[in-house]
Amino acid sequence: MKFDTPATTNPIDQLKVVGKPVDRIDGPLKTTGMAPYAYERHDVAPDQAYGHVLGAGIGKGRIAAMDTAVAKAAPGVLAVLTTLDMPRLEKGQMNTAFLFGGADIQHYHQAIAVVVAETFEQARDAAAMIQVRYVREPGRFDLAAEAPNAKLTSADSGEGSGAAHEERIGDFEAAFAQAPVTLDATYTTPDESHAMMEPHATIAAWEGDRLTVWTSNQMVAWGRRDLAKTLGIPAEKVRLDSPFVGGGFGGKLFLRADAVLAALGARTAGRPVKLALARPLMANNTTHRPATIQRIRIGAGRDGRITAIAHESLSGDLPDGQPETAVSQTKLLYAGANRLTAMRLAVLDLPEGNAMRAPGEAPGLMTLEVAMDEMAERLEMDPVEFRILNDTQEDPEHPGRRFSQRQLVRCLREGAERFGWNRRAAKPGGHREGRWLVGMGVAAGFRNNLVMASGARVRLDGGGGVTVETDMTDIGTGSYTIIAQTAAEMMGVPLEKVAVRLGDSSFPVSAGSGGQWGGNSSTAGVYAACMKLREAVAQRLGVNSAEASFVDGEVRAGNRVAPLGQAAGVDGLVAEDRIEYGDLAKRYQQSTFAGHFVEVGVDAATGETRVRRMLAVCAAGRILNPKSARSQVIGAMTMGVGAALMEELAVDKRHGFFVNHDLAGYEVPVHADIPHQDVVFLDEVDPISSPMKAKGVGELGICGVGAAVANAIHNATGVRVRDYPITLDKLLDRLPEVA
Amino acid sequence: MNGEVRDLAVDTRTTLLDALREHLQLTGSKKGCDHGQCGACTVMVDGRRIYSCLTLAVMHEGDEVTTIEGLGQPGNLHPMQAAFVKHDGYQCGYCTPGQICASVAMLEEIKAGMPSHATADLTAAPRLTPEEIRERMSGNICRCGAYSNIVDAITEVAGRQA
Repeated sequence: MKFDTPATTNPIDQLKVVGKPVDRIDGPLKTTGMAPYAYERHDVAPDQAYGHVLGAGIGKGRIAAMDTAVAKAAPGVLAVLTTLDMPRLEKGQMNTAFLFGGADIQHYHQAIAVVVAETFEQARDAAAMIQVRYVREPGRFDLAAEAPNAKLTSADSGEGSGAAHEERIGDFEAAFAQAPVTLDATYTTPDESHAMMEPHATIAAWEGDRLTVWTSNQMVAWGRRDLAKTLGIPAEKVRLDSPFVGGGFGGKLFLRADAVLAALGARTAGRPVKLALARPLMANNTTHRPATIQRIRIGAGRDGRITAIAHESLSGDLPDGQPETAVSQTKLLYAGANRLTAMRLAVLDLPEGNAMRAPGEAPGLMTLEVAMDEMAERLEMDPVEFRILNDTQEDPEHPGRRFSQRQLVRCLREGAERFGWNRRAAKPGGHREGRWLVGMGVAAGFRNNLVMASGARVRLDGGGGVTVETDMTDIGTGSYTIIAQTAAEMMGVPLEKVAVRLGDSSFPVSAGSGGQWGGNSSTAGVYAACMKLREAVAQRLGVNSAEASFVDGEVRAGNRVAPLGQAAGVDGLVAEDRIEYGDLAKRYQQSTFAGHFVEVGVDAATGETRVRRMLAVCAAGRILNPKSARSQVIGAMTMGVGAALMEELAVDKRHGFFVNHDLAGYEVPVHADIPHQDVVFLDEVDPISSPMKAKGVGELGICGVGAAVANAIHNATGVRVRDYPITLDKLLDRLPEVA
Repeated sequence: MNGEVRDLAVDTRTTLLDALREHLQLTGSKKGCDHGQCGACTVMVDGRRIYSCLTLAVMHEGDEVTTIEGLGQPGNLHPMQAAFVKHDGYQCGYCTPGQICASVAMLEEIKAGMPSHATADLTAAPRLTPEEIRERMSGNICRCGAYSNIVDAITEVAGRQA
């Protein structure tokens, strides 16, 4: 089905099942421990051996020699395969760093060996017996030091965020020079780790030249293609199965070493092999959100209208890598006639930088929305009013190009009202409750809506049951449930009559889970397949599909009423289709918006920040399931608190690695860090986006949160920290005198 | 083990967690970090919650171990499991069994009068406040960030018990 004109009334608009806050259909499996994750598939292949991955102990250089004799002789060891045993493997299309093969080390903890043994303990211990002789080479590990060597670089995150290397509208420099009120500030955001709860894990089994991997991957079709490419085998020979993913956040978008080394280990040992990356390997072996240094300049008239805005970002990555697209939202969020955005990329020898939840916007808004707060202060304006004054209803770089929907102003107004914004002390440091300095902060949330082609197969059985199959993944997002809701709405059956099977590469290729496109796109694919199935049902029953209604398990047309299952016959009825998109996304700017509000208390003596209240008001198209959508947003808000207050991969600039590479050293929010969170979805349907009229919310929820926290801290203390995370040491010597 | 006697021969290096997951194929208990940093492996031993990755299987001969599989099953959910479903107290599901085992044991700790860092008066019976729940559950990380809903689920079950 080609979607190239705005949606009109369709069966989804009935909203009998879609739009309802139903419990997740996979909830009973997840809460009882019965949902099978990658490493847990005891049932799929007999006689599984255990693999353990060894990572390089240097940041840059090469391996001179590896002695595996002791490891090979260790009890239970079946195979030891080292990176010196094979030439460098070809890279997958989505990979920047090489995953295995050859003597060169590109980054710390790059995989250099896999040990296969009868038991986990044997494999792990034998891996520690491998002796490696390295030749270290100097590396580039310091982003700030590499700034002079950075090159202007265009990029598209592939996740709805992108910018030209340099983009100019009007004459920024002249306008900025003339503006009566200006800000010129530089901010930094650190490297961050996805730190999803389930480590990268794979079970691999060969049958002749056919390979099956049970793995944990957000993008099944990409993973299958890139695994085949890396191993040098045809994609048709590879099956990838990923029905449950224990968190991804972008860290499982791509093929990683677990799948490659499980496959190679299984081939070498002649047995199915299961392995998981050990937690301390993950931060350096896989990908991370790259650190940025961002300079923002804003000029405004005394009336508060922005006349000049510039956002420049510097980040680093391995050779052939990409910049973090941190300037992307600045192209679209606020009005202003004179504009400049630029991205610079430095070559670094740290592990691969890549997508993490809302790549681009997440770190970009952490700085832009603090800059907006600083400008509001200089203008002596309320930060909510300053943003509203500078709202734009058209793409500021392309006047006349409209947003499909843009309710940012309502998000801010309604949020301010609900949050009690009028109780905020306009003067920083003006609200004290005992030992706590209390402050409120606001930020705009912005994230583009991407639409992706997505396919599905639906099967109707004689009992009126519907089964949906698509290689879509559920990474905690609620895909199982919203896909079931979509099929139930389309076929006129209760939710219990729908079964959903996901994540198998033998199913039709879907949008996958990334860039907050999954919910809208994958359900649109199911919509397309269901439209085809409705047609087939009508034909079987000999009725006109345009007149047929699908209600309560029946098909009704004129005087005729037939049970839906009757059309299936004994063999069932199957339809498959995919949603594809025309140029609506070009003609209209499709974005999602939020107003984020945060209240913090900062300990007047210690500088410790505690988040006390949080509210997000979101405008993101039709909400397919308010319960799971709300969860997406509160989860993202939580990650935003982490980014603001604690998350930072500490770089060892001498040896070139992330030092705090486990869950003790890399701090993420825990229960005690997060208060009750409120989320409001504005009523919105967006017929430009898809037949579902929905958009993404999973990343919108993090976009702006960090800045709202930072602004609240400033409002509480009067201290402006431009260097994330805002830990107490950065506040301590600047706090107001303790009375 | 969940009310049954199970005989196992394991490596002395085998953690309780790996004995569960690999030897008994009870994969409901999750391995998130294997270093006692995340709480996904939380089970109950003789009624007390414990990180099963930080203890060796051979140390538990004769102990009573309750895992998520022992609390309830699809169609026969434990009240805490049902509350997690109702309040959407999970997303990816990987920390969930640990969160649920920890919640059930944690409520027993409050009942038994055990204080926490958030307890103002160490000699009085601890009160069942959101602050107490958050403090006591902070050994179980949920990277998806379902905390707000998890606390709602626990509060509902605790209210029903009280």
